[in-house]
Amino acid sequence: MFTLLAQAYLLVSLTKFNPKTMIPNEQTNTTWLFEITPKNKFFSLNLKEVWQYRDLLFLFVKRDIVTVYKQTVLGPLWFFIQPLFTSITFTIIFNNVAGITTGTVPPFLFNLASITVWNYFTSCLNGTSNTFANNAGIFGKVYFPRIIAPLTVVISNLAKFLIQVFIFLCFFIYYYSQNASISFNSATVFFPLIVILLGVLGLGLGMMISALVTKYRDLTYLIGFGVQLLMYISAVFFPLQLIAIKMPNYAWLVKYNPLAYCIEATRYMLLSTGEFPIWGMLYTVTITVSVFLIGLLFFNHTEKKFIDTV
Amino acid sequence: MKDIILKAENISKQYRLGVVGTGSLMHDLNRWWHQIRGKEDPYLKIGETNDRSTKGESDYVWALQDINFEIGRGEVIGIIGKNGAGKSTLLKILSRVTAPTTGSIKFGGRVASLLEVGTGFNGEMTGRENIYLNGAILGMTKKEITSKLDEIIEFSGCQRYIDTPVKRYSSGMYVRLAFAVAAFLEPEILIIDEVLAVGDAEFQKKAIGKMQDISKTGGRTVLFVSHNMAAVKSLCTRGILLENGKVKYEGSIDHIIERYLEDEKTTAHRILSDEIIKNHNADFIKLIEVKVINTSNAISINHGIADDINIEFTYDILKENELFTHGFNLFNIENIHILSSHDKRSLTLSEALPIGRYKKSVIIPGNLLAEGSYTCSFAIMRYNPFFVEFHEMNIVGFNIIDEFGDKTVRGNYFGHFPGIIRPELTWKIKSNE
Repeated sequence: MFTLLAQAYLLVSLTKFNPKTMIPNEQTNTTWLFEITPKNKFFSLNLKEVWQYRDLLFLFVKRDIVTVYKQTVLGPLWFFIQPLFTSITFTIIFNNVAGITTGTVPPFLFNLASITVWNYFTSCLNGTSNTFANNAGIFGKVYFPRIIAPLTVVISNLAKFLIQVFIFLCFFIYYYSQNASISFNSATVFFPLIVILLGVLGLGLGMMISALVTKYRDLTYLIGFGVQLLMYISAVFFPLQLIAIKMPNYAWLVKYNPLAYCIEATRYMLLSTGEFPIWGMLYTVTITVSVFLIGLLFFNHTEKKFIDTV
Repeated sequence: MKDIILKAENISKQYRLGVVGTGSLMHDLNRWWHQIRGKEDPYLKIGETNDRSTKGESDYVWALQDINFEIGRGEVIGIIGKNGAGKSTLLKILSRVTAPTTGSIKFGGRVASLLEVGTGFNGEMTGRENIYLNGAILGMTKKEITSKLDEIIEFSGCQRYIDTPVKRYSSGMYVRLAFAVAAFLEPEILIIDEVLAVGDAEFQKKAIGKMQDISKTGGRTVLFVSHNMAAVKSLCTRGILLENGKVKYEGSIDHIIERYLEDEKTTAHRILSDEIIKNHNADFIKLIEVKVINTSNAISINHGIADDINIEFTYDILKENELFTHGFNLFNIENIHILSSHDKRSLTLSEALPIGRYKKSVIIPGNLLAEGSYTCSFAIMRYNPFFVEFHEMNIVGFNIIDEFGDKTVRGNYFGHFPGIIRPELTWKIKSNE
């Protein structure tokens, strides 16, 4: 469903672009390649141009991955350490101390699965929400499609995410050999779709925020704090049904949160626990597409002139 | 029918003063709160106090206004103007860093802009990796870069360090590598800001040579912004002169440079302020005034090309027993250092002057310099050991007006007479017997 929507959107934006490239030149017989105008079209996602700059996207991703842990002692090991320790902490605090039950699934694995996907979302959101501030220097000197910058964040975080998935798989195999009641199922093959969904949601929200941050610097603080709070209503360390049973008055907070469904679906796909929230996922896809479009709108509105205000 | 590759129509750029930079939600909320109570915007006042004379409009400035021009394929255009004339804004718009407020620009080819060399260089990455990254930022594909990689590395002269992170580079090497990438860009339209002013003299020569290659052989369209008139003159064919955000003149580059320089402040008579004196260490001497005197003994800024020019320096000696001599430097309009001279036979080198006021003059003979505008500096230095005590640039200036006739080098030839200087030389013919 999501892929269909996305494809339809890409198609529309491509056909939108084509006539623009061929502005006839009345004086000579040549055609203009492109035109600079005061404002962007509302939803223009200039895919042809992004494709022309695909090498730049690739090199940016490479730069991000290669340089992050240069001159650190443990290097890429940090990719492992952070989710492991968070999962251990969660297991101790929420499962052992607070007594949240995770059914037949080992709590550690339950938390690790949630945190892996949650981390991907937050790193996309945090990374993209600072697009303009972080790239002001380079944006002020040279033109390339600005959307390359947030796309870089989403893709380079994918590399980190894959490493973390690998850790999850290691623990999965370990617990499996210990005869824990965990298994993959037929839905597991759709797991990449969840990842894409989270990436697009993070990108859309991030683009929206990045545009606002150019005007209101204060928002940066709100984001850091807000993301922390968001985790508590995203069903990261508890099953979705649990909140409805234990705190029915506040269950709506989780019910309207598209992230909660993504995380619940992840656990269903990777651990066969809980239920696959089919309606919840449809809701999430709708929200994601809308958020992405609004983000794009904000981003397009800001990208042309933000350099005058930073 | 001219083959137009770039067409700018009615470009204007408005900047907002005062309001910009408030940048905080509190300010906007406060503004909104004032608005709903029907009061005036509290932050607009910031703009108004600055400039009372244009109240009401003071928070808007037009950096560019109604700029129109067309550039043909293969033209090399120099954009010149004083600081604040709108050159940088125009460059930013042309290179798509910011958008114009009104108007449009149409491009008939791929554009690459060099507002800075080394944009996006990452210190942690090696020279080779940075060539790829920087090249891609400037719009090259990976394939293009790979095909030129060896040339780029050779041009930069950094072969030995190419696999070392650039944070270990000296600043000179960094700039060389960065320029090398830019030099191998091959777009149809190239927009260049004063990036030539980088690196050491040898590399600058190489860079200008490369620029000339690009503009002359490549058939590429180049827009070039610089304060270095010699570079503009040698590279460009046509020019656009900007003043206060508007196109003042458009035409051949020589004509444009002339117009630009016309307004420069030169004076044939300078009485020195205490401020200039304070900037120097020499405590035994104080320069009072400088005059440029013509053949009829009057202060004059314009001189015939065949006439002697007398430059007279007046100074006070404040301390006894100081040995020194005088010198001066001459620069032409393109800031090329034409000559340097000092009085090696000055009496002041062997005999100290008593405290008092003195005059020293130097004569620049007629039929030495070519026509144009010149500026002088004045210096006081010591021998044994050699040390410059005082050196002040741009003290006075003068114009040399070209003339025809027997007393000039030109004689009765009417055409273009090239050359930085135009001395009278002796020509001899020898028979073969």
